[in-house]
Amino acid sequence: VSVLCLVEHDSEAAVDASLRAVTFARDLAAACGAPVLTVSVGKVSGEITEALSAFGVTDAYQLEADGLSAYAPSAWARALSQLVTTLPASAVIAAGTDRGQEVMANLGAMAGLAMIANCMTVSRREDGTLAVSRQRWAGSLIEDAVVEAETPILTVAVDAVLPVEADEATPTKVHTYRPDLPEEDLRVSVLSWTDRSGGISLADARVVVGGGRGVGSADGFAPLEELAGLLGAAVGVSRVVTSLGWRSHSQQVGQTGTKIAPDLYLACGISGAIQHLAGCQSAKCVVAINTDPDAPIMSRADYAVIGDLNVVVPALVEHLRARAK
Amino acid sequence: VNVLVCVKRVPMVGGRIALTPDGQDVDTRLLGFTVSPHEECAVEEAVRIVEKQGGAVSVLTLGPPQAADQLRDAVAIGATTPILLETDGREWGPIATANAVVEAIRARESSEGVYDLVLFGNEAADTGDYQVGVRVAHALGRPCVVGIKNIELSDGVVRLRREYRGGEELFELPLPAVIAVKEGINLPRYPSLPGRMRAKRAVVETLSPSFEADPVRKEMLRVPATERQHAEVLGQGAEAVPALVSLLEGLGIVP
Repeated sequence: VSVLCLVEHDSEAAVDASLRAVTFARDLAAACGAPVLTVSVGKVSGEITEALSAFGVTDAYQLEADGLSAYAPSAWARALSQLVTTLPASAVIAAGTDRGQEVMANLGAMAGLAMIANCMTVSRREDGTLAVSRQRWAGSLIEDAVVEAETPILTVAVDAVLPVEADEATPTKVHTYRPDLPEEDLRVSVLSWTDRSGGISLADARVVVGGGRGVGSADGFAPLEELAGLLGAAVGVSRVVTSLGWRSHSQQVGQTGTKIAPDLYLACGISGAIQHLAGCQSAKCVVAINTDPDAPIMSRADYAVIGDLNVVVPALVEHLRARAK
Repeated sequence: VNVLVCVKRVPMVGGRIALTPDGQDVDTRLLGFTVSPHEECAVEEAVRIVEKQGGAVSVLTLGPPQAADQLRDAVAIGATTPILLETDGREWGPIATANAVVEAIRARESSEGVYDLVLFGNEAADTGDYQVGVRVAHALGRPCVVGIKNIELSDGVVRLRREYRGGEELFELPLPAVIAVKEGINLPRYPSLPGRMRAKRAVVETLSPSFEADPVRKEMLRVPATERQHAEVLGQGAEAVPALVSLLEGLGIVP
């Protein structure tokens, strides 16, 4: 038996979330006395092999077939299901990324396997079943559950596990596996990718200036934009702001928007609904500017300014401008 | 165009989540209910497609009798056929849910014709299982994509766009297809007064699928331990600005 982990990569390096998933898979494998194997679509570079070796992976499978070069969730899952049977694997792990969730859902559906999304921890119980803790409400709640399924599929919450190398590196053998893909699995395939980036991306910004209902109107965002410009920050908003049509959904921070992980999140006029907090829980430092000292955001903030953002933000902008001169 | 939208009733949790004393559920005594945000957008998108191209929107949910309220909300903005797969209040897992949805779709399609599109939200707000739509698609043998933020329908083909790493991916699927959408695909409308009246009068078709346990057993729910902290107050109003600036300096954000 073995634990198989999907490793996503950009042809040069493995993505960070996948290395976290490998760490999670290795812990499970150790508990089961099994090796941890990885599977990737396309060539596994020397750099990736080196990383996998440091993470204690004994065997890395690279999938090669016509039609696999473009992202195709159903075809990727078909290839995985064939490899799972061939090995055989006793559990399948993937990062809880957009692609990780999609490919694992397809795998679960076509192979009739249970999928448990956004796991944080896993351990093996005496009877051989698995105990997992997983995120609900995008991490605002934790569920402890027992997995009584054959060959369970677990995705790993991207913010729950750190990437940790193994105590000792293991030589990683690279194998090529050629799946047999039926035509119908190739119906769903990415036709093109268009670059839409520009400016500072919310997901990667070091500083985010957030605005909520307290901003008061679409025009009320001007001082926040100005502050963001001075701090090299991206502007984020709460769900109510996009629902009111003040700002575009692409700026929404939260459970159903973008998840951010800046060094500083300056939350202005944001009450801190669960929906919003789920998107900013990875911020290193949260400063809340709010008229209400009892707003839920205060229980997550490191620092607070009690007051109207429409007074505080312009005053801060003025102060920073004066300083720059 | 014949569209089916699948939604899930979830509590409006607001600022803090409280649990029942046995740790089995969210304490909903003081909460209202809604559907997951992605699904609100799925209903709106279905209505827009039908307004443009003609056809009808059916809306389906699996849940307790009260979930009929959420079906009526969908009728209020333009869905015409509400279908409730009524449960006894127990929580259904994603596999059992998908099976029940597939069975209901097959039954309806055998008399009413095939749904060109079956829409889901990307993931439910509460359980976040990320899989019911995909399982339904495979059981029906239909192509499926998730995370969609733009749908264009023409001549039996649907063009779908979604975000991926600062860019946009394009898919093209033949119909019938299954699509899981994300919030942001549109801005859902508010129901009109006639819409609300229509919703009140709508007859909800009710089926009672039998419960099956998924092979994942919930033991209990808990609130993450690190949640609460006390913010250090830097000051009141504009007089807090110097302290705020020192903080920015300390973090190395301003020189």
